[in-house]
Amino acid sequence: MTFRVQVRVIPRPGLLDPQGQAVEHALGSLGFAGVGSVRVGKAIELSIDAASADEARAAARAMCDRLLANPVTEDYAIEVEA
Amino acid sequence: MSARVAVVRFPGSNCEDETLAAVERAGAAGVLLDYRATSLDGADAVLLPGGFSYGDYLRSGAIARFAPVMDAVRAHADAGGVVIGICNGFQIACEAGLLPGALLRNAQQRFTSRPVDVRIERADTVCTTRFTVGDVIRIPVAHGEGRYVADADTLDRLEGDGLVVMRYVQEDGADAPHNPNGSARDIAGICNAAGNVVGFMPHPERLADAVLGSDAGHRIFTSLVDRLGAAVSA
Repeated sequence: MTFRVQVRVIPRPGLLDPQGQAVEHALGSLGFAGVGSVRVGKAIELSIDAASADEARAAARAMCDRLLANPVTEDYAIEVEA
Repeated sequence: MSARVAVVRFPGSNCEDETLAAVERAGAAGVLLDYRATSLDGADAVLLPGGFSYGDYLRSGAIARFAPVMDAVRAHADAGGVVIGICNGFQIACEAGLLPGALLRNAQQRFTSRPVDVRIERADTVCTTRFTVGDVIRIPVAHGEGRYVADADTLDRLEGDGLVVMRYVQEDGADAPHNPNGSARDIAGICNAAGNVVGFMPHPERLADAVLGSDAGHRIFTSLVDRLGAAVSA
């Protein structure tokens, strides 16, 4: 089966995220009130051929650990859809 | 016999020519090494130069880390061989796990290209023996992602074990209130515990010839050649 996999990579909490700060500031300038804690990460979409959703998730996790996310600075979340 | 120093050209490297020139000016034989190479071509040391390898896609250095040549670079480092990463090369070395930590987007969100003052914190690494601890040199930085980060334990270990090689300072050598990119503890460069792998963001190769108005970076390369010369003749 082919599974659609979405990977979200987000800067780890506590690390300065200057992109998030700049976006938060810009939103404030546009008049959006009450916006805080903006963080900018990456969304990566891929399709994975695998026997099951669990296998696709395990493959995506391995990809995150080796390449897609930097374990020093980023966290990731994986969503798998058939 | 002069030492052989390989400089790797990745797709998107852009400092390999001046790095080779700096190495040769210091008395070594420079070898331009393609990223697809599977050996270091007999080199005694390997330099990972500045630039934007693989377009900095995903993260700076994240894809170069898996270039074919990196297996040989890693084996060389593991065997105690000299590996030096400059700017993008430092980013690659961190991504490859040859050095701890990571380099993130500059805190001020801008690409920074200007001379900076850095203080030499170690005068016994493979590329700083011609310095005295506390020497301040003015060499350029040119990067968008030079903010050194690591977890607090790693930073404490770097400090405690004396693995910080260069630090951003003021002209007189005093600690600076701000650094060019927001790096933790003003770190501009570090080495591994064994001292054979060194990485830093500033570009000594860009200011290594007096015709450019300063050769402040030249001693990095003469230090390296001294070290390799000693090793080659030993």
